[in-house]
Amino acid sequence: MSAAHRVTAGFLPLLDSALLVAAREKRFAEAEGIDLVLVRENSWASIRDRLAVGHFEAAHMLAPMPIAFNLGLAPLAARTIAPMALGLGGNAVTVADELWREMADYGARPDLDPASGGRALDGIVSRRAAEGGAPLRFAVVHPHSGHNYELRYWLAASDIDPDRDIEIVIVPPPLMPDALAAGRIDGYCVGEPWNTAAAFNGAGRIATTKSRIWRSSPEKVLGVSADWAESSPVALDGLLRALYRAAQWCGDAANHEELAGILAQPGYVGCPAEWLMPALSGRIRTGNGPVVEVSDFFMPHARAATFPWKSHALWFYTQMVRWGQVEPGPDRETVARETYRPDLYRRALRSLGVALPGANAKVEGALTTQTPVGSAGASLVLGPDGFFDGKIFDPDRVADYLRS
Amino acid sequence: MDRPALRILIIDENRLRAAVIEDGLREAGHSEVALVHDMSGVARQIADTEPDVIVIDLENPNRDVLESMFQLTRAVKRPIAMFVDRSDSASIEAAIDAGVSAYVVDGLRKDRVKPILDMAISRFNAYSRMARELEEARTELESRRLVERAKGILMKSRGLSEQEAYALLRRTAMNQNRKIAEIAQSLITAAGLLEGGDEA
Repeated sequence: MSAAHRVTAGFLPLLDSALLVAAREKRFAEAEGIDLVLVRENSWASIRDRLAVGHFEAAHMLAPMPIAFNLGLAPLAARTIAPMALGLGGNAVTVADELWREMADYGARPDLDPASGGRALDGIVSRRAAEGGAPLRFAVVHPHSGHNYELRYWLAASDIDPDRDIEIVIVPPPLMPDALAAGRIDGYCVGEPWNTAAAFNGAGRIATTKSRIWRSSPEKVLGVSADWAESSPVALDGLLRALYRAAQWCGDAANHEELAGILAQPGYVGCPAEWLMPALSGRIRTGNGPVVEVSDFFMPHARAATFPWKSHALWFYTQMVRWGQVEPGPDRETVARETYRPDLYRRALRSLGVALPGANAKVEGALTTQTPVGSAGASLVLGPDGFFDGKIFDPDRVADYLRS
Repeated sequence: MDRPALRILIIDENRLRAAVIEDGLREAGHSEVALVHDMSGVARQIADTEPDVIVIDLENPNRDVLESMFQLTRAVKRPIAMFVDRSDSASIEAAIDAGVSAYVVDGLRKDRVKPILDMAISRFNAYSRMARELEEARTELESRRLVERAKGILMKSRGLSEQEAYALLRRTAMNQNRKIAEIAQSLITAAGLLEGGDEA
């Protein structure tokens, strides 16, 4: 089929660019009449700028980014919507080997357990403060990122004040392992394969994972220029269907070797294919420690992994407020809620006859096991989606959550 | 001018391009221009020099790092915003097309900053053009070498004159709708295989 619509999308060299890459390489885009051109970028700032001036129609984005754009927290951002998520999970927290040994002395379990790891860090932070030592320094990829919020959530729930007790700096994802090896940082939270890279080269130890801090949690979305979405509904729908097919393909274990091979190419993630397999298979090599089975480490498709839940958008908004990035207000809450567009997701996918959630939002942290839910089309299973500290986020009670 | 000179910081890992921009700014009368090639010391450099304008290439992976520094008041004394003016969309587009981005201290007058941004844009474009021309010249030289070698093979194996060998290459390229250098490359590869050598 000759492509009727050309769509140019930017991405960063990360495992969860997989859906976009597979949509092109496995010709799901072509089957929808989309000539999907992928452009690799080196910073989220460039993704933002090039979307703003119309070089890109869509992009691989940190899930809070479009919300930050629409709230006016970023320079030069265009009005951006998120009509689809690009999977759940996919991150981990890696610490320097030396810090891990100290954490183990303080009782951190070797199986990626966030509660014991957090308590151990708290002990180390207190001791350092008492001794007058330099605070620990952790890195994340961007202030408006799942990495920043989940790292802070984990630390805060472990009685560590991320603003006062430690230092958080920004480092680009591919530079994290080097920064750790050089001792410029003590740990970091980043998407794959940049945790596994440090585990393989011996500089770092994976301490816990995003999926252990908050199961089935949002990470990247497809950010789309709102103007383009309005003027090109046919192309947008085709793109979303292609990405849905790509997610199905990426979620099938039989395709993981092939997917790792494609992503390993220099034009995509550009790393050894073996660095990509742990996240895809869920067998996490922690570094100087055991291989730990984390079956839901990265979910490209199952558990409605591409559905843009408004409750995810609202949780990100609460974290922006919590960490002083934005003043709370009902109008801002509305901006966050309206950035995620499950209505467009449903419009595009209805013709596929696939399982679609019936609701636009859900109570986050309420599902302790896999749960069949009401859906249009085939049956759908959600969860588990719990936070490690057992807290619950009800998107209808944002103000209460902010006070808690 | 009675106003103090604007302090400009150029961040670019590409030293040649940084030098091209620096030259342009100095020619335009800006005396306070500093270059940074390595991000590791950039926070201190910003704190020490207190630049009014920061120019950085769009491909630089450290742009997110830089922007986060501007958000932390501890790192920089004065707030820094992106570009001259959000409303000046033509400038912004021209900058991003050229592959350059700029950050400006808040409150600086547009007419003072715009010439700097325009200079950076035109120098970035000039640099890209120069790099493209160099690449084209290199490709041209390489394809001439390939054609020379292919002609030699044809003259030796089929007893053709140089002119006949070239005409045959050219005709084949036209018939197959390919570049003459590609035909030459195929012929060289095939000849290597037939000779049983290891050279591909």
